Amino acid sequence: MTDAIVEYRGISKFFAGIRALENVDFACKAGSIHAILGENGAGKSTLIKIMAGVLQPDTGEMLLEGRPIVFPTPTAANAAGIVCMFQELSLVPDLSVADNISISDPPRRFGLIDRRAQVARAQELLARVRCEDVDPNALVRELSLSRRQMVEIAKAIGRNPKVLILDEATSALTSRDVQTVYDLLAELKADGIASLFISHRMHEVDALCDTLSVFRNGQHIETFAKGEKSEREIVRLMIGRDVEAQFPAKPPSKPEDQRGEELLSVRNLKWENRLNGIDLSLRRGEIVGLGGLDGQGQKELLLALFGVLRDVEGEVIVGGRKGLPSSPAAAKSARTRIALVPEDRKTEGLMLGMPIADNLLAASFSKISRGPLIDPLLARQAVDEGVEKLNIKIGSAEDAVMTLSGGNQQKVVIAKWLMTDPDIILLNDPTRGIDVGTKQEIYRLMRELANEGKAILFYSSDYAELIGCCDRVSVLYGGRVVSEQQGDAITEESLVAASLNIGVEAA
Amino acid sequence: MKGKAGIRRWLLQNLGFATAVLLFIVLFATYNVLHPRGFSSAVAIQNSNETVAIAFVAMAQTLPVLLGGLDLSVGAVMTLTNCVASELLYGSPAQILLGVLLTLMTGAAFGLMNGCIVVYGRIQPIIATLATGAIAIGLALLIRPKPGGKVDDDLSWALTNSVYDLADTYGFADGGNAWWLRPFADIPVPVILVLLVAFVVWVPFRRSVTGRTVYAIGSAEGAAYMSGLPIHRAKIAAFTLGGFLAACGGLYLAIQTSSGNADIQQAGAYTLNSIAAVVLGGTSLLGGVGGAIGSLFGAMILRVISFYFRILDIDPLLQPLIEGVVLLLAVSFGAFRTLRVKNQLDLFR
Repeated sequence: MTDAIVEYRGISKFFAGIRALENVDFACKAGSIHAILGENGAGKSTLIKIMAGVLQPDTGEMLLEGRPIVFPTPTAANAAGIVCMFQELSLVPDLSVADNISISDPPRRFGLIDRRAQVARAQELLARVRCEDVDPNALVRELSLSRRQMVEIAKAIGRNPKVLILDEATSALTSRDVQTVYDLLAELKADGIASLFISHRMHEVDALCDTLSVFRNGQHIETFAKGEKSEREIVRLMIGRDVEAQFPAKPPSKPEDQRGEELLSVRNLKWENRLNGIDLSLRRGEIVGLGGLDGQGQKELLLALFGVLRDVEGEVIVGGRKGLPSSPAAAKSARTRIALVPEDRKTEGLMLGMPIADNLLAASFSKISRGPLIDPLLARQAVDEGVEKLNIKIGSAEDAVMTLSGGNQQKVVIAKWLMTDPDIILLNDPTRGIDVGTKQEIYRLMRELANEGKAILFYSSDYAELIGCCDRVSVLYGGRVVSEQQGDAITEESLVAASLNIGVEAA
Repeated sequence: MKGKAGIRRWLLQNLGFATAVLLFIVLFATYNVLHPRGFSSAVAIQNSNETVAIAFVAMAQTLPVLLGGLDLSVGAVMTLTNCVASELLYGSPAQILLGVLLTLMTGAAFGLMNGCIVVYGRIQPIIATLATGAIAIGLALLIRPKPGGKVDDDLSWALTNSVYDLADTYGFADGGNAWWLRPFADIPVPVILVLLVAFVVWVPFRRSVTGRTVYAIGSAEGAAYMSGLPIHRAKIAAFTLGGFLAACGGLYLAIQTSSGNADIQQAGAYTLNSIAAVVLGGTSLLGGVGGAIGSLFGAMILRVISFYFRILDIDPLLQPLIEGVVLLLAVSFGAFRTLRVKNQLDLFR
């Protein structure tokens, strides 16, 4: 590929020994719109973060217009004409729209920022993305998410990119805006600019891109022109044929009338623009999976059920009464008995600097106290029980929890919540970043808990886990359940197809 | 862009600042109405003299707060520069000018050091400046173990009185009688000095890329980094400018009192009051929102409250209590924000 604007040669990147990208050769050409496809964790975001100067590759080299180049910082990448719009917006909320659009290189007079010129420039760029309704003097914090995303696009265009990277840039946009972005990308293409487009919406990729690259497990699988492969073939490329971990046997599906008591029922759950009418039910003795690509509302759903979100609308019956718990403290109370193993164990799950014992007890102080004082004997017993039940490998329970491995840390989080004796257990990607052995222990534990009559709601970004563990799976897309699958009908193909919201379920 | 909608938007975006200005105007107007002698140039001169040091120190504190931190050394840097100035402000006009420059440079250098420790030492501002503040006081005590010093009398008189007196002392504008000086003759010089620094130093800084980066860092450091902004430079610049502004306070204190005094209690009180003034002036302790002009008003509010004790028959012992209540009320105003947060986890992020 001689006309490649950016080229990767043998690039690898590891995080704490875990492969994110391995020996990747990749090129994108000037004047093309290039889609990057892959499952969660396939290495897409590592790929673009290297290009944007956020990460440095461990091995291999990157070429810009044929010359080797290194980007130590995002500034360097920007200066070279590589402009990236990240999923997490890079706008500063307390500055105005005009400030943000010209943030790193504003028009100046006598060395000072020329506000009038800056507003004019902002108006011009906003007009280009057909957002004349956005006032350049408004603070970004005052804008809706979709408007912010358009401002982000205006900001990116204002930097005169050679390569424009759009990471899920259309996820929050209205359909009118999406059309605007399409038109804009077509214009840029005509100007010889390369756009890298990361989207989980198959129809967008189809409508927009001329080249597609599939990534899987940190490897570049294949690049081909649009139309060369059918959607089914693309889905198959994304899945690959990896041997899966061992899962405990599932009980046979029972007919409707023999199932356990319904502990949780959710109808038409709505919150902000992240949850758009979710229906869900959870019974004793079953493990229900939440599928779908990252960021389709799974995390918000779990947070809502745990009482973290405010102003959630919808009909919820939990613990025999209407309404969601008002806070995590209420959620774990005797009425609802909900536990949540949160997404990020390092910030929301654990107090890293505190002893293992204190972490284990953190959610159950009322159980081990007499009056206002903690009973050291009861505490000791509870800690020993928890450590034994989950087979946590520790030296002393007084060691700081950060001295443990990732897998054992996660076990501490789970043990902490089991100590509260919950009825409903919400799991937010509990096996992320832990070793295979511990994963299997967690799978077994989940099944045991379900057999004891607990209900488990399990979000995982790994399809194999959903297939191996769950009795039922609800696939979320755009804050809605788009597909419900049961028993043997849960297959990788059907899950991937449902999470892309394309209709190849019959495959 | 301008017009009613523009004003409304400005008000909404600068609610804290607008509240501070309004509060100050109400307090100050009432004070002058209640004053037994009414509004007069002499009272204005006295009031402004007492406000200058805290005004500068509050402006100094604003910068680290905008970054999302706190500077516990501002009072100490003011004290240090006060002592430095008390050694240097006499002799020929050239010597005095050199003394002024050296004093200001001392403060700026100290701020630069703070900035470098925070940026390259990766230490939180609050603890870094707790340490450097103690160092500044130590240095001040070395320079001036006992209060005292020598400051040029003319300078002292000219800069702490009205514009007329300034012209009279240095014999320009016909000794203050020129027709073009008449409209300004009664304005206190300290007011002009503070406004001068505010508009010559702060306003341009705010409109520079470095200044805007300071706001961006306080608002969303990650976004600032991803936008390719000069984060290190901005942090160091913010602390350096903070040191410079604290030195303006120290310099003025030396001129006003004709002496230097390495007073530990005073340094601590100035630091705490500076934080109060910054918050009163509408700057968010979370960073990214506010500005030094607001802190200027915050400082003036604190001072006006203390003036009331002089003219009204209130026990001066109640002063800290009332200042505390005013501060608490002003801060609770800002807490309304948290009522709108929809994801309660965001409160802890």
